[in-house]
Amino acid sequence: MDQLILSRLQFGVTTVYHFLFVPLTIGLAFLLAVMETIYVRTGNETYRRMVQFWGKLFLINFSVGVVTGIIQEFQFGMNWSNYSRFVGDVFGAPLAIEALLAFFMESTFLGVWLFGWDRVSKRVHLASIWLVSIGTAMSAFWILTANSFMQEPVGYTIRNGHAEMSNFFALLGNTQLWLEFPHVLMGALATGAFFVLGISAYHLLRKNHVDLFKKSFHVAITVAVISSVLVVAVGHAQAQHLVKAQPMKMAASEALWNTSSEHAPWTLVADINTAQHKDPFEIQIPYMLSILAYNSLSGKVEGMNQLQAAYVQQYGPGNYIPPVAVTFWSFRIMVVVGTLMMFLALIGAYMVLRKKELLGYRGYLKWMVWAISFPFIGNTTGWLMTEIGRQPWIVFGLQKTAQGVSPTVSAGEVLITLLGFILVYTVMGIVDVYLMVKYVRLGPDEHVTDDPSAQEPIPSLF
Amino acid sequence: MNLDVLWFVLIAILFIGYFFLEGFDFGVGMLLPFIGKNDTDRRVMINSIGPFWDGNEVWLITAGGALFAAFPNWYATLFSGFYLALFLLLLALIARGVAFEFRGKEQNRTWRSVWDWLIVLGSVAPAFIWGVALADMLKGVPINASMNYVGTFFDLLSPYSVLVGAAVVLMFVLHGALFLSLKTEGDVQERAEKAALRVGGPATTLLVIVVILSYFYTDIFRKMGIDPGPVPMIAGLALLSVRYFIGTKRYGWAFAMTGLTIALSTVTVFLGLFPRVMVSSLNPQWSLTVYNAASNHYSLVVMSIVAITLVPFVLAYQIWSYWTFRKRVSPTDHMDY
Repeated sequence: MDQLILSRLQFGVTTVYHFLFVPLTIGLAFLLAVMETIYVRTGNETYRRMVQFWGKLFLINFSVGVVTGIIQEFQFGMNWSNYSRFVGDVFGAPLAIEALLAFFMESTFLGVWLFGWDRVSKRVHLASIWLVSIGTAMSAFWILTANSFMQEPVGYTIRNGHAEMSNFFALLGNTQLWLEFPHVLMGALATGAFFVLGISAYHLLRKNHVDLFKKSFHVAITVAVISSVLVVAVGHAQAQHLVKAQPMKMAASEALWNTSSEHAPWTLVADINTAQHKDPFEIQIPYMLSILAYNSLSGKVEGMNQLQAAYVQQYGPGNYIPPVAVTFWSFRIMVVVGTLMMFLALIGAYMVLRKKELLGYRGYLKWMVWAISFPFIGNTTGWLMTEIGRQPWIVFGLQKTAQGVSPTVSAGEVLITLLGFILVYTVMGIVDVYLMVKYVRLGPDEHVTDDPSAQEPIPSLF
Repeated sequence: MNLDVLWFVLIAILFIGYFFLEGFDFGVGMLLPFIGKNDTDRRVMINSIGPFWDGNEVWLITAGGALFAAFPNWYATLFSGFYLALFLLLLALIARGVAFEFRGKEQNRTWRSVWDWLIVLGSVAPAFIWGVALADMLKGVPINASMNYVGTFFDLLSPYSVLVGAAVVLMFVLHGALFLSLKTEGDVQERAEKAALRVGGPATTLLVIVVILSYFYTDIFRKMGIDPGPVPMIAGLALLSVRYFIGTKRYGWAFAMTGLTIALSTVTVFLGLFPRVMVSSLNPQWSLTVYNAASNHYSLVVMSIVAITLVPFVLAYQIWSYWTFRKRVSPTDHMDY
């Protein structure tokens, strides 16, 4: 395999892995902040126990998110040095601001929150978890400012062969950012909420700590309803923007080879033949794509063949069609799990509002345990669609992925690091899941007995 | 001072902050099996850096981000050039970061001892790698006309750079031992004080050797003259005074002095580099400088405004967090790790 493919694989593996942990961190930090606010306001001890139980799971997850985040920052320079030279003037700033504004805040106040239970006042302790929560959200904002530039470059001029920042506020006002950020943020809140809902459902099914897990369920279902509805709503707006800003990604995510008729149908499933540029089999819903794209029964959507011809005119010879099948299917999987999550959240909210006895609805609770996986699937496929759908560009219209790679790093070196990271991710993933499951099962009242061997000398190797 | 130079100074400050702060938590990590004779000892040690180590590491992440933003070419050359070294650094930081969190989550002794060794390894490796990297940056590495590193991984490992790596490791052990003597009590404190005494001599000796070798391997003396000026002099004096302060049991002062040595040594390296940021051993013309590696003016203006606005807040709350957790950690405390 060549260095480009390996570098792309490494970027994909690292980013997807990192992005399993980050949304849960953002979502749980917010839920913890809400729970602790209720505790401080009401003085109800159950909420304090809730914060400590969910907090433990939060910390296990947080640590993996942090350490994989460092790779994220380093790999631009390591594997994509030509890209870094080309866009560093623009792209570096949001990364630096992310560290300065968000990471310092998150890490410092997480320390205060974790170690400060009996060192700082209740109010300072509460403020700390809110600052952690705000920090995680700000971190998402700045990294997506950088990513939005890759999707839709704004605020730059090309000078001396590289992109220079010419308007910082254009970067901040990027339409793409203001669709992508709320979509990702709401997706993250939904991830945290479904995590809490699913684990609460697990314990409610077993009638463990019913009061505590019902209260957790109530807090989480509120967040789940709001976030999962907004994810869908913003996602829809995002798709409409995509038609204008990155029509090729839109066409690929629809497997639409040729420009549609005036009343565009939406393809539910398709057998995609990439070699011959056609879909031999497809099931379509009439008018639906026009509705998705323009909120109207009519409106053409451009096809890949036509866009390809136009791009050759504009950017010179080359293949401008991204991997269609991955883009098409990841879009569909994302939409399906997103919709399912919305319905599950609405059903839960209905039951809570109608004061139904949750314990009586075992089928629903079982669904909710499985639904823990849904946001992770949605986050991953959404990310795959947006990044793979942008190919062959690393920065849309400015630089191709193939041009961004480090010129002097060999395929062998990338292979070594790729295998190394995969090994570490696997081990870390197994340990993480093992500990998560252990502490979920243990439940809120963990009885720490002092380990009698703690005072025994540990044999020295020296 | 123009903005290119300002950002060179800011990057230097970020690295000083990083080496000063993570220096002692690396040191604590390296000392774990030597001072922590039982599990409680080890927990006391880990909890003494518990609220801080993650915030300390953010200094590195910020330095990385600032390099990227202010000097994209420096960032690109350094990170793609020192590829495998940085890979090892990342592995070390990953292992160490999760080890702190995972270690205490099981009572099992083997479990804990595995994570302990990952903490040790994850603390030694970054200290060593940073030492090697600084030495290589100063000494020069094969960089071609298009700013790309054209050497191999083993070109990074000259005897000089390896010695600098070892010196940094020992300095951090000393710094960490002094931190422990301030932040713990009882047996751990006593052993930390002894460790500081024992490692102080070798650390100083090695640093002196490194300074002498720098005369042959780098152009730092040609640049700074035989009288190198106050910065390295004070760094040396500070290091020599550590022995005195340990002898008179003034550990706070001793810790401040190792901190000063670390800070001023870093300043010396950056002074030795300036105005270059990466020295080319192939052709001085091909070196990266603060001018040819920097971002455009507009970008630097934006970043300067952001940094000047935010840095005071960051410093204020980090100092506040150190103040909040100023008490010594004792085995009877509630410990989170």
